[in-house]
Amino acid sequence: MELDEFFVTGEPLIYGGMVAIVLVSSAIIFILTYFKKWTWLWRDWLTTVDHKKIGIMYILSALAMLFRGGMDALMMRVQLAFPDMNFLAAQHYDEVFTTHGTVMIIFMAMPFLIGLMNIVVPLQIGARDFAFPYLNALSFWAFFFGAMLFNISFVIGGSPDAGWTSYTPLAGAAMSPGPGQNFYLLGLQLAGIGTLATGINLMVTILKLRAPGMKLFKMPIFSWSTLITCFIIIFAFPILTVALALLTIDRVFGSQFFTLTGEGLPMMWANLFWLWGHPEVYIVVLPAFGIFSEIIAAFAKKRLFGYTAMVWSIIIIAGLSFLVWVHHFFTMGAGAFVNSVFSISTMLIAVPTGVKIFNWLGTLHKSKIEFTTPMLWSLAFIPSFVMGGVTGVMLGMAAADFQFHNSYFLVAHFHYVLIAGTVFACFAGLIYWYPKMFNHKLNERLGKWSFWFFLIGFHVCFFPQYFIGLDGMPRRIFYSAPEWFTLNFISTVGAFGMGVGFAIFVYNIYYSLRYSERETDGDSWGVGRTLEWATPTPVPHYNFATLPEHLGYDAFMDMKENGETTYDKKKLKHIHMPSNSGKPIIMMAILSFASFALVFEWVTLAAIGLFGGIIMMIIRSFDYDEGYHVEVDEINEIERTARGLNNE
Amino acid sequence: MNHKKHHYKKWLMFMLLGMIFFLSGCDQMTVFDPKGPVAESQSDLIMYSLYYMFGILIVVFVAFTVIVIKYRDRPNRKKDSYKPNIHGNKAIEVVWIVIPIIIVTLLSIPTVNTLFDLEDPPEVSNDKDPLVVYATSANWKWFFSYPEQGIETVNYLHIPTDRAVEFRLSSAGSMAALWIPALGGQKYNMAGMQTTLFLQADEPGVYDGRNANFNGEGFTEQTFKVYAEDSQEFQDWANKKKQSAPKLTQDVYDKLLKPGIVDRYTFSSTHLAWVDHGKMGGMDYAVDRYFNAYETLMHLETDNQEEIKDHIDGKQVK
Ligand code: HEM
Ligand SMILES: [Cu+2]
Ligand SMILES: [Cu+2]
Repeated sequence: MELDEFFVTGEPLIYGGMVAIVLVSSAIIFILTYFKKWTWLWRDWLTTVDHKKIGIMYILSALAMLFRGGMDALMMRVQLAFPDMNFLAAQHYDEVFTTHGTVMIIFMAMPFLIGLMNIVVPLQIGARDFAFPYLNALSFWAFFFGAMLFNISFVIGGSPDAGWTSYTPLAGAAMSPGPGQNFYLLGLQLAGIGTLATGINLMVTILKLRAPGMKLFKMPIFSWSTLITCFIIIFAFPILTVALALLTIDRVFGSQFFTLTGEGLPMMWANLFWLWGHPEVYIVVLPAFGIFSEIIAAFAKKRLFGYTAMVWSIIIIAGLSFLVWVHHFFTMGAGAFVNSVFSISTMLIAVPTGVKIFNWLGTLHKSKIEFTTPMLWSLAFIPSFVMGGVTGVMLGMAAADFQFHNSYFLVAHFHYVLIAGTVFACFAGLIYWYPKMFNHKLNERLGKWSFWFFLIGFHVCFFPQYFIGLDGMPRRIFYSAPEWFTLNFISTVGAFGMGVGFAIFVYNIYYSLRYSERETDGDSWGVGRTLEWATPTPVPHYNFATLPEHLGYDAFMDMKENGETTYDKKKLKHIHMPSNSGKPIIMMAILSFASFALVFEWVTLAAIGLFGGIIMMIIRSFDYDEGYHVEVDEINEIERTARGLNNE
Repeated sequence: MNHKKHHYKKWLMFMLLGMIFFLSGCDQMTVFDPKGPVAESQSDLIMYSLYYMFGILIVVFVAFTVIVIKYRDRPNRKKDSYKPNIHGNKAIEVVWIVIPIIIVTLLSIPTVNTLFDLEDPPEVSNDKDPLVVYATSANWKWFFSYPEQGIETVNYLHIPTDRAVEFRLSSAGSMAALWIPALGGQKYNMAGMQTTLFLQADEPGVYDGRNANFNGEGFTEQTFKVYAEDSQEFQDWANKKKQSAPKLTQDVYDKLLKPGIVDRYTFSSTHLAWVDHGKMGGMDYAVDRYFNAYETLMHLETDNQEEIKDHIDGKQVK
């Protein structure tokens, strides 16, 4: 292969991208070297197995991916703003919507939520860490390298361009030649391994490591939604793994699972993809529901309404999510009977979802609402998400879906649920738990500015798209017709509004790092109800020195009432903690090298890389490091400092 | 406290704006301006569902607005309006489980009915046999074969009004979807299998049709016009083409199949004579011939479609 085939050439935007990458990387290397931070980076972050730090790394990566996906989105909206725009050519537009969709779902939404779960779930259930901290680090690095692999495609080799759904036969070797589609397959594969491992890890953590006395039906609702999400992950992700593997074998080794030749079954891909893909959308929305439930109860200063019903709705939604995948291709001609069945199963999801909505309203009823930024995001979620929900029901009516399918009506719908659901929750959750992560809050004033820009921008951007869709504008076209101009233009303006909101959000991170007051109290908002707020700030690396015997529903509320803390001197014992390890990052670096080689179909190199991965596993299995003990004296010291007891 | 006011005003604004948008645009939007019985049944179904959706939206929005305003944390609130320990109410929870179930049922019935209706030609034209048209998608053009008339068109379609058209859909390449929003919803075209879509035009006119399912670089350009005219005019057109248009040879057909964008063509015979892409045997016909053709891009931009259109051997017929 020639060098000019290796690097993508000929596009000014991409040259810009290359320059930016080189500049940013050099700047990072320079800063790290200049301030002598390499050891710090390695010891404190890259080799950490602490769930809180891993969570922070997840969230930082997800924010970076939100930026990348957002830039893609703005480029598309610019291209569609005027009917005769010549900003992106067809091929380039295809690459941009493909990477946008994939990055947003796989590398932004999921890791963001997994990051929040990482930080919050062990704290909420009174655990010291994940059940398998080493595996947790491995998962993170799998996701991270998967994301990097996917992201370099735009400068090296070329981006995938068959949509985030990657339907065959279009995505097969014949119609999508070159490495682009392989980046998609292997980037997702690598990240998917991480997600699956996290699913197992978190499930075991929740089932086995809950503090003694915390019954499942006393568990905070975010932890519940995480538990159910883990079940979905465990059942759904293997399907994706297999589908990706089959398509990879098709493309790289010439098998014919999904090809037009050799009596392949191209439509089987759509089936497998959505068998994973529909549950996937619930993987990114159920944790969001959990986050909103926590925040709404906290700032309404009222107990969550209908806790049991909330839990059961999550469980029922999760179950139904495996029974509706055909609604993504009602138009495949499976016949009226099949479509009727899936139509009804799809609409049925509205019932438990409706229950949740009304329970949130029930929580707000007779409450005392405090309008902090996390609460604003959560409140805005309710009406916005309902607008996405009702259009979802409309899409579920198969006979009507024949008109909605593949149109902007659909684009508007899924952005309404993904943004008002997932993205709002990510922002809300991040702001809410920010003091637990970084020891200070985000500035509320800036937070509100970013909220209003984003919220208004969001509606201005996506509301008109329902109507463009009903007027017959299909999705994924790279320029629009003059009759759709006005609404498209409004939509683009809205998109930039969201961009401004996001920019303010990011600036707020910097601003607050410099100017926000440091926290002194663990219960930063003063309204905490669940166990994570019982920890002091900064949270000690072992989380809890001691725990009360009985943990009921809203455990921290009871503790406050009884004057209990997580530092009971009488009960102190030494704490066993796992050691840091460099192996996860090294192992995943090697596997990502193997994947990179496979992207370019350098099979020998890929085999060598895979072999390296196996060697790392063998090394790991001879690892006798049992971790270390935090002794009582040290716990005393840490707790006294964190609780400000030293100067008494 | 003044951001709370904004909050409430903003939602009202959204609802009003939404209504205005909606009411002003409704009858102009293609989907709500059906030109035949199929599109009409779908438009009716959507309209029917919209009543429920607006109902739900209004209930939730009003409840939300009232609650958020009433229970905000403000001074001088009555003591008994704050009850931090309520955790449920069986009766009301049953109500909001039962009502959605009723709504889903009321939406399911017409959905299922319409679904079964769409399996057959529209009842209003039961007196005539449907006109059979094989609609084959290839990257990135449309072939319409009229077996009864013995003609084939590329990238445009003539149909008679007041008579059902039975589209037999298939694809020579990647998956596509035939969509003529004014006449009704879409269905997929897939290689190696055949799907059937019934549509009908009641009003003469020219309608936009296209491939709605993304299938690569030329996707945006894979469009066609539908000329709906009364049956006499349609017959005249078909007869004229049968006499004047050139025969479609396999050689020309293969050239047209080459991935790319082409102009309109008309032929006085159909490609069904040698291949039916809707059967297993026709599945690999195009990909066998053009396996490597996708390695070169068309460099399709907003304003260069005309230049990169393939004009095949001057056989172009407008
Ligand atoms: C920041 C605001 C956003 C804007 C302005 C935006 C805009 C767009 C646009 C213009 C498209 C392409 C439509 C088309 O040509 O078919 C698109 C597709 C898509 N977007 Fe977004 N988007 C945004 C955020 C998100 C988020 C947060 C998610 C997911 C969590 C998301 C998921 C998707 C998906 C899955 C697709 C489909 C990609 C495909 O067709 O393969 N978007 N978006
Ligand atoms: Cu779905
Ligand atoms: Cu949906």
